[in-house]
Amino acid sequence: MKIRTIVELLDAKVLCGEDKLDGSVHSACGCDMMSDVLAFVKDQAVLLTGLCNPQVVRTAVMMDMRCIVFVRGKLPPKDVLTLADDAGMVVLATDERMYIACGKLYTNGLAGGEVGND
Amino acid sequence: MTDRVNFHFDIDGENFTSAGEASVRIKKHLRDMGFAPDVIRRVSVAMYEGEINMVIHANGGTADVDVYVDKIEIILADRGPGISNIELAMQEGYSTAPDNIRSLGFGAGMGLPNMKRYTDDMKIESEVGKGTTVYMTVNV
Repeated sequence: MKIRTIVELLDAKVLCGEDKLDGSVHSACGCDMMSDVLAFVKDQAVLLTGLCNPQVVRTAVMMDMRCIVFVRGKLPPKDVLTLADDAGMVVLATDERMYIACGKLYTNGLAGGEVGND
Repeated sequence: MTDRVNFHFDIDGENFTSAGEASVRIKKHLRDMGFAPDVIRRVSVAMYEGEINMVIHANGGTADVDVYVDKIEIILADRGPGISNIELAMQEGYSTAPDNIRSLGFGAGMGLPNMKRYTDDMKIESEVGKGTTVYMTVNV
């Protein structure tokens, strides 16, 4: 799914990475616990979260994710956005709640991820 | 590359905001050195979880990453309270992190299990009241 499609489906604002909206993601992870995100292994994924601290960006960077969506109308502070922009991440914000946002992406064909092998 | 390249970091235990910066730097170093993306991800995630643990539980410490041609070793050392029951600490979902850490997205009891999951070998030496050293190896 193109990131541009995520913007449309979630009626999201683009907070940074406007030039990367034609990039694709192949899976998604909706989570507020970052260690659970780190247990999830997929390239080119999108992270949906309600947390707005720098660790969200570092977690996404560690997992080679392409895009972060902040749900429930949350807007990250400027330093978090700067960190994401420097890492080449697309950052979106939507008013949708986590459950609805994930459901919209899933029903439009974006798969969940897999948990890493033990 | 020479036989061994060492990267040393002092982990600031006072600042949760900066936790993980060393892991981000290691990820860049390994990418510049031409390692495969999978190897880079395993090293950086394992080290990141360790860094977070040192900040949450041990007021910081040191991280050493030794890069060889065929393996990468990560040594994380702290002078924190130590781990009284390592077997219990290794169980997914077991955590002694305070509630304020959970509100920041960590403390779900997945840190040590994730470090084991992403590495080929992991050993923990810990003494209550003196500190903990974690040795991890990722084969290239």
